[in-house]
Amino acid sequence: MDILSLFIVAPIITVAVLLFAKNLNQSRIISLIGSLVQLGMAINLMFAYLAERASGNSAIMVFTKSFVWFKSLNIRYDIGADGITVFMIILASIVVLAGVFISWKINDLPKEFFISLIVLATGVYGFFISLDLFLMFLFFEVAVIPMYLLIGIWGSGPKENSAMKLTIMLMGASALLLVGILGLYFYSSPDGALTFNILEISKVNIPAEVQHYLFPVVFIGFAVIGALFPFHTWSPSGHASAPTAVSMLHAGVLMKLGGYGVFRVAMFLLPIGAKEWSWFFIILSVIGVVYGALAAIKQTDLKYINAYSSVSHLGLVLFALLMLNKTTWNGAIIQSLSHGFMTALFFALIGMIYERTHTRDVRELGGLLKVIPFISVIYVIAGLASLGLPGFSGFVAEMTIFVGAFQHVDLFHRVATIIGATVIVITAVYILRVVGMMLMGPVKKEAYNLLPQATWYEKTGVFLLLIPIIIIGTMPLWISDIITESIKPFIERML
Amino acid sequence: MDFSYTVLIPLIPLFVFLVVGIFSNYLNPKVAGAIGVLGLSTTTLLSLYTAYKYFFEVGKVNEVYQTIIGTKTTWIHFSEVLHIDMGVLLDPISIMMLVVVSSISLMVHIYSLGYMKGEIGFNRYYAFLSLFTFSMYSLVVATNIFQMYIFWELVGVSSFLLIGYYYDKPSAVAAAKKAFIVTRFADIGFLIGILILSFYAGTFDFQELNNPQGSLILNGVGSSFMGLSVIAWALILMFMGGAGKSAMFPLHIWLPDAMEGPTPVSALIHAATMVVAGVYLVARMFPLYYFIDGGFVLQIVAYVGAFTSLFAGVIACTQNDIKRVLAFSTMSQIGYMMLALGVSGFSGHEGLGYMAAMFHLFTHAMFKALLFLGAGSVIHAVHSNMMKDMGGLRKYMPISNITFLIAALAISGIPPFAGFFSKDEILVAALEKSPLLFAIEWAVAGVTAFYMFRIYFGIFWGKENSYAHTPHESPWVMTIPLMFLALMSIVAGFIPFSEFIAADRMPFEAHFNILVSTVSASVGVVGIVVAWIFYKSENNIPERVSKAFGAFYTWAFHKFYFDELYLFVTKKIIFNGVSASFAWFDKKVVDDGMIGIGNATLNTSEKIKKLQSGKFQDYATWFILGAIALTLYFLSKN
Repeated sequence: MDILSLFIVAPIITVAVLLFAKNLNQSRIISLIGSLVQLGMAINLMFAYLAERASGNSAIMVFTKSFVWFKSLNIRYDIGADGITVFMIILASIVVLAGVFISWKINDLPKEFFISLIVLATGVYGFFISLDLFLMFLFFEVAVIPMYLLIGIWGSGPKENSAMKLTIMLMGASALLLVGILGLYFYSSPDGALTFNILEISKVNIPAEVQHYLFPVVFIGFAVIGALFPFHTWSPSGHASAPTAVSMLHAGVLMKLGGYGVFRVAMFLLPIGAKEWSWFFIILSVIGVVYGALAAIKQTDLKYINAYSSVSHLGLVLFALLMLNKTTWNGAIIQSLSHGFMTALFFALIGMIYERTHTRDVRELGGLLKVIPFISVIYVIAGLASLGLPGFSGFVAEMTIFVGAFQHVDLFHRVATIIGATVIVITAVYILRVVGMMLMGPVKKEAYNLLPQATWYEKTGVFLLLIPIIIIGTMPLWISDIITESIKPFIERML
Repeated sequence: MDFSYTVLIPLIPLFVFLVVGIFSNYLNPKVAGAIGVLGLSTTTLLSLYTAYKYFFEVGKVNEVYQTIIGTKTTWIHFSEVLHIDMGVLLDPISIMMLVVVSSISLMVHIYSLGYMKGEIGFNRYYAFLSLFTFSMYSLVVATNIFQMYIFWELVGVSSFLLIGYYYDKPSAVAAAKKAFIVTRFADIGFLIGILILSFYAGTFDFQELNNPQGSLILNGVGSSFMGLSVIAWALILMFMGGAGKSAMFPLHIWLPDAMEGPTPVSALIHAATMVVAGVYLVARMFPLYYFIDGGFVLQIVAYVGAFTSLFAGVIACTQNDIKRVLAFSTMSQIGYMMLALGVSGFSGHEGLGYMAAMFHLFTHAMFKALLFLGAGSVIHAVHSNMMKDMGGLRKYMPISNITFLIAALAISGIPPFAGFFSKDEILVAALEKSPLLFAIEWAVAGVTAFYMFRIYFGIFWGKENSYAHTPHESPWVMTIPLMFLALMSIVAGFIPFSEFIAADRMPFEAHFNILVSTVSASVGVVGIVVAWIFYKSENNIPERVSKAFGAFYTWAFHKFYFDELYLFVTKKIIFNGVSASFAWFDKKVVDDGMIGIGNATLNTSEKIKKLQSGKFQDYATWFILGAIALTLYFLSKN
């Protein structure tokens, strides 16, 4: 078995074993083992990747495997990885593991919950390693569908409505995406040997007028899940209704599929379209950045705050990708990773607070630092990371993006950058507002004095997410070097 | 000569922070305090040793002090040319700052052993102090502008954490938030300034940016915007960041509120070190400020500094909370430093202002930290910040009394105390450039003496309050730092600063201007005498005078309503106006729009689903109609 296919096989085996689980304890132990194995594999993959590069393999994708799957349409099982893939897989495996820890005490239908969670993870891994557009699309759907069940069954609040909205909007995006992929397929080869393979298509120059129509279709198809303004509205209500681990996985990993797809498919395969359309989508993404942050200021539900914050942070990813500049691309990838860890951490903490106080309304909370110090201190740290404090990953990502974006000499890009940069203040406002209202101040309710402290599994989950944030934030050189290496093909193709 | 050990100066406090921070729940407060003091003592010795080695062992090479890179490592690459380094840059001003930061921080560490004794969260307090000290050291030794920015943010967050130390007190929480957000707002300017500068210069490195023979200064960049070169704009924006940190008008509003933090924190962060970071920034980039666009930006710096010093001085006269008086006094004194930089030339005696700013920064750190720590000692004894709760304390607290008096004399510019010498140099520099600026600063010197002795007499003389329990002198851990700083406030003025610090690194001999010094000392004496008449014993003169000023007094008392103005802009306009309408727009327009599309789809499908009636006749009818329509279409086409 090759090193990448394992990422599909291992979760499937986990799910298969989970089917035989009898109770909560068995389900969570199996899920834990399964996700620990996946994390181990992800770390192993990173070292294998570094060794492969060190040994002089300079192919765009390494560890490639290819099998014909559906001959008449030339659909293939093509997989491969570059540095970006490797980091995304590490992100996914850490968030999944943390999600298992955070769901340690899930009550309803634990077996089914963990199965859905791991199926979702399978979709995510598959998406990242796919080199065949059809395969990629398939895994995309595999990742999105369990979301409906996870929110609809284990969610809270107006969960059916939220689940419906989320699924329908993402399905709408999928429809666009399918059109886009078929468009790419039919232009994939001038001599008639059509292919879905990304690397093959990238060698073809698709006519400019086709790119002109195809780019926005593929871009929006992916960007909806990346919370592009104005297609972001599924996110706040979806997150608010989702159970903790699902919010973590969804905001932490699933929303990254958007940026990843935009970069790997829309921009890499349709470079002329990207150049033509970038100004338009830059405007949308800058709006998303500032608008998301401003909307977050006025929210009172913790999950809404974090969801709008995600709109803002992920807007920055799209913004950075569209800047068409290698520094910003580097920053976009780091921002994806950084946001993944941070937002998963936030949702984990919000879940812990909600479980204890049964409210997510910041107006009803207060003085938590005094009663649940561990959770509160980590919340402050996560908040500081989110507002881009040096020493945490967010700073590295944002600064890389802003410095890169400013290398454009024209007024449009610069003004967009300056508008985008104002987010560092707005973020500080909404983060400190929550910290001030919820964590500091006098203890709001008598009952809060009796709140239980964080448990070992909660602490483990939290540290799993916090450590990468600090590693990226304090030692960014190695990660940015690996990414720089991996965006070379994009540079050659587009700049 | 090897200076690579200097990397330890920031790293030791970082290590202390991690140890005390991570194990704060398990450490005995005494141990935590001891670790803190020990760590700081080590770095203080290292800083002093470095200063000795730099100034006396390496000394001048061809009459010029060299820039030495102690150590440097790349932190991240942005592009082929732009990369952030982390390193230690040693030159006269960074070494001076190391000495200031370490000595004040050490004194505060020792003092806090007594002041914070028994507080919940004592360990957290020491962890944050170490975090701050680490960040401040790293800021002053930055080798490049981005390293400075990074630690600039970190000192900001340390300040936030320490102001909000009493986190269950709503006013402290509000003050911490305000301090962070206002300075962060200013930092956007700083960041954009860095972006512009680095783009045109192709580097973040101070040595390359500041090189007077470098292409940036010699040739400029050609592109301009609204009559100024883009580099000048970058410098203005960076000064905005500096003005935010240094509480210059109009970004000053956070500093008075920051007094909610524990008093030793105010002494360290909000008087002696972090708030002068803005001054240090301008000094650090001085060649650029001086040469770009003929020093236009320096004029802005000078006028902002002069205005702030006057503005804050006036407000200080009206406040009754002694820490707030000191906070406004700090703003006012930093205004002096900014002004001095603003009027400075570059080489020889023309660079007097630059030297004077650094000199004043040094002496001010000593006597202002002393004033704060003295005030802390008093607050510790009477459990109040308000002047009305004090009075006649000289009998109970002799050491605090004498040391506070020394500091007050020093800040008032009375010879032979430290402030006299440094302020004198500033006034000389101002006079050479502009009589107006000189006049303002001269008047402020009198105002300073007045408000300082107003609180001195109010605390230690005047009517004796009936105290709930008799106030007593603070323990020795608190009085020893007071005595050390008092000693420094006496002798620091005699340091021949111009031998060590000059804008162009070529030391010169500063001349003593007997006329200016007489004039400035006498206005100080006048201020003291007025304060003596007003506040020596209880009388109604202050009340009558404040009545005479009428509306102006009320304005000044309310800090000219700047807090209210900002509150209006942020709360009413940004929060309730912009933010709320965005949230509404998102809910009602964007989200409901999407739902509307969904419903429209649903309605359409409702309508067309009737076509799927399941009746064969219906399908046959539609089929035949369609066939007819198609036939007609093709027929018409042919």
